[in-house]
Amino acid sequence: MAANKEKVKIHVSHLKKSFGKLEVLKDISTDIYEGEVVVILGPSGSGKSTFLRCLNQLEEITAGDAVVDGVNVAHKNININKVRENIGMVFQHFNLFGNMNVLRNLMLAPVDLKKAGKAEAKEQAMAMLRKVGMEEKAEAYPSQLSGGQKQRVAIARALCMKPDIMLFDEPTSALDPEMVGEVLQVMKDLAADGMTMVIVTHEIGFAREVADRVIFMDGGYIVEEGTPQEVILNPKEPRTIDFLNKVL
Amino acid sequence: MALILTKYGGLLLQAMGQTLLLALWGLFFACILGMILGLMSVVRNTVCNIIAMIFVDAIRSVPMIVLAYFIFFGVPYALNNMMGMSFTLTALQAGTVALALNCGAYMAEIIRAGIQSVDKGQMEAARSLGLPYWRAMQRVVLPQAIRTMIPSIVNQFIITLKDTSILSVIGFPELVNTAKNVIANTFKSFQVWAIVAVMYMIIILTLSKLAKVLERRLNRGR
Repeated sequence: MAANKEKVKIHVSHLKKSFGKLEVLKDISTDIYEGEVVVILGPSGSGKSTFLRCLNQLEEITAGDAVVDGVNVAHKNININKVRENIGMVFQHFNLFGNMNVLRNLMLAPVDLKKAGKAEAKEQAMAMLRKVGMEEKAEAYPSQLSGGQKQRVAIARALCMKPDIMLFDEPTSALDPEMVGEVLQVMKDLAADGMTMVIVTHEIGFAREVADRVIFMDGGYIVEEGTPQEVILNPKEPRTIDFLNKVL
Repeated sequence: MALILTKYGGLLLQAMGQTLLLALWGLFFACILGMILGLMSVVRNTVCNIIAMIFVDAIRSVPMIVLAYFIFFGVPYALNNMMGMSFTLTALQAGTVALALNCGAYMAEIIRAGIQSVDKGQMEAARSLGLPYWRAMQRVVLPQAIRTMIPSIVNQFIITLKDTSILSVIGFPELVNTAKNVIANTFKSFQVWAIVAVMYMIIILTLSKLAKVLERRLNRGR
């Protein structure tokens, strides 16, 4: 919760991203600090998800810089796999590995990338599952879980790599309404533990309660940013006001 | 019928063995070739994509009988008469190459489609954890792709198995070729072709039953 303003975790400057002729991110600059919880709001097509995906090079950056943990992910010749080990990512559609049970989903990366031996990885996986309340489903396959359960497992899977940054790309958008709460609760716990989090979401209530900072994006730009108080309760920009009127 | 079986049964069984031998070699190399070409068509590399595409298109648009003649007669002719080498191919070698090329091109398409049928999010999730591309492919994408590919692969195996009969034209002593010889000696066309048909059926039904067992086993836990 308390962001350490001394330490910049993610430094983004003049970031641009185009898909062919379509310019999705036009000029994004911001700094994200250690332990900070940043929520990105904005209408669909505003570039929120693309911005998030640029941070771990799931999308190649067209121009500008994004320095994550001291590595500029805008450069092609870096060892992106090493950087990604430190950045957990949670997706809208969970993306649990369908060919493995829950436990093996969690153990795959730590064991394969030699972060831990099998026994140690298993112990840690079970601890993470306990943390998200899913230890009873360790042997289940993803197809046997509800959406909320899948997303909690996906969060646990990302945590097993012991990342210091977590990216959430609309983690509750594909969930039935009654399952949103359980996932947001896990995210709140994570924020309370001091995790640096960047969250793209439509959950305004969650943003108000948990975010240290809210960024409102539209048309490939950051339109407005500040504390939830400033951006959500007292927005200044007409586009922010317009957006909030529509969703609240 | 009984006469043919006692007199030529051994010969036909031997021919069935030759058919299986040719099919196994052909399928073995077809799997390797199909895997390489299939992967080449899904990686994010335009040169690989184009090479795979040209290869698959070229092979698929040539009938296998033409391919067989070309490899068995055409290639040695070119090497020997035009380049002064002394190069020979046995019917088994030429047949294996023809089968492998033909079946490999179709396998490449099956493998490409199988890989592309796996949701892109699977690869992204694996990559986001820090897994390198090929590791993610091997651990996450391919196991799921293979599950959907099995029925098409079995189908292709069956087609290729039957296509070995085409290679009778280059003189390989497989079932059809042998059957023709038996008929030339006995004139019992109906009986001999009936026996041959049943022999093919036995091979292929066994194969498809085995495939069903494999499929069930792969689908366990789903």
